[in-house]
Amino acid sequence: MNLRRDVFQALADPTRRSILLLVASQSLTAGAIASNFDTARPTVSKHLQILTECDLLKQEQKGREIYYQINPNKMKEVADFIEPFRLMWEERFNKLETVMKNYKSKK
Amino acid sequence: MEQKTKINAEDGKQDLLIIREFDLPIDLLFKAYTEAEFVEQWMGTKVLKLENKNHGSYQFETSYNGNVVFKANGTIHESVENQTIIRTFEMENMPIDVQLEFLEFEKLSDERSKLTIQIIYKSEKHRAEQLKLPFAYGINMAHDKLQEILMNQK
Repeated sequence: MNLRRDVFQALADPTRRSILLLVASQSLTAGAIASNFDTARPTVSKHLQILTECDLLKQEQKGREIYYQINPNKMKEVADFIEPFRLMWEERFNKLETVMKNYKSKK
Repeated sequence: MEQKTKINAEDGKQDLLIIREFDLPIDLLFKAYTEAEFVEQWMGTKVLKLENKNHGSYQFETSYNGNVVFKANGTIHESVENQTIIRTFEMENMPIDVQLEFLEFEKLSDERSKLTIQIIYKSEKHRAEQLKLPFAYGINMAHDKLQEILMNQK
């Protein structure tokens, strides 16, 4: 499993949580977000990429600029605790599939 | 990563749906649920008893370092090969109480199958307890302000 795309792994990082706080009230460009941090711009870009990959952030093209905003649906999923429950089943079912495929190939 | 497993838990209800398509023929998917050796492997638990028949029952137990850490049991109301299992499920010593499970097995092609599980809890509150459980094992994100935002997004 790609841990980078795990929503809780994404939320475990304090910088990423700060980014979510920033864009919670307004959509911002990567540059505007980066100006709030001392970290290098590429590092902030990486964080934005991770947050976008796990659907916590949405990108919106406005003219030549890309704006980032929070994805309320995903945030609600996290708030409702559904995502960890889903991941638990995803892992369990992946294992089921592997176990049965191994059995099938041995038959 | 593609999300293969879908969970549908509507607000204000006491049930939820778990839907997953498998890259397996239906008989293998059904076997994964009905034969103890397979249940043990994918659930990671010891199967003390598994009578896959109408009015049968089952018992699972998991130990870690010699201590029992997980115990579950239930009765099988109905079992129809490669189609349906209707059963109860209870995790012992948990505030979730008994749940009723409808498992529907569906053939999609010779090599693919689909499983839909409807779980009905005693109340909406019991469902919420179940959903919180894996969260407790996850990463602790005790970040007050973020929590606040999460609540406001509701």
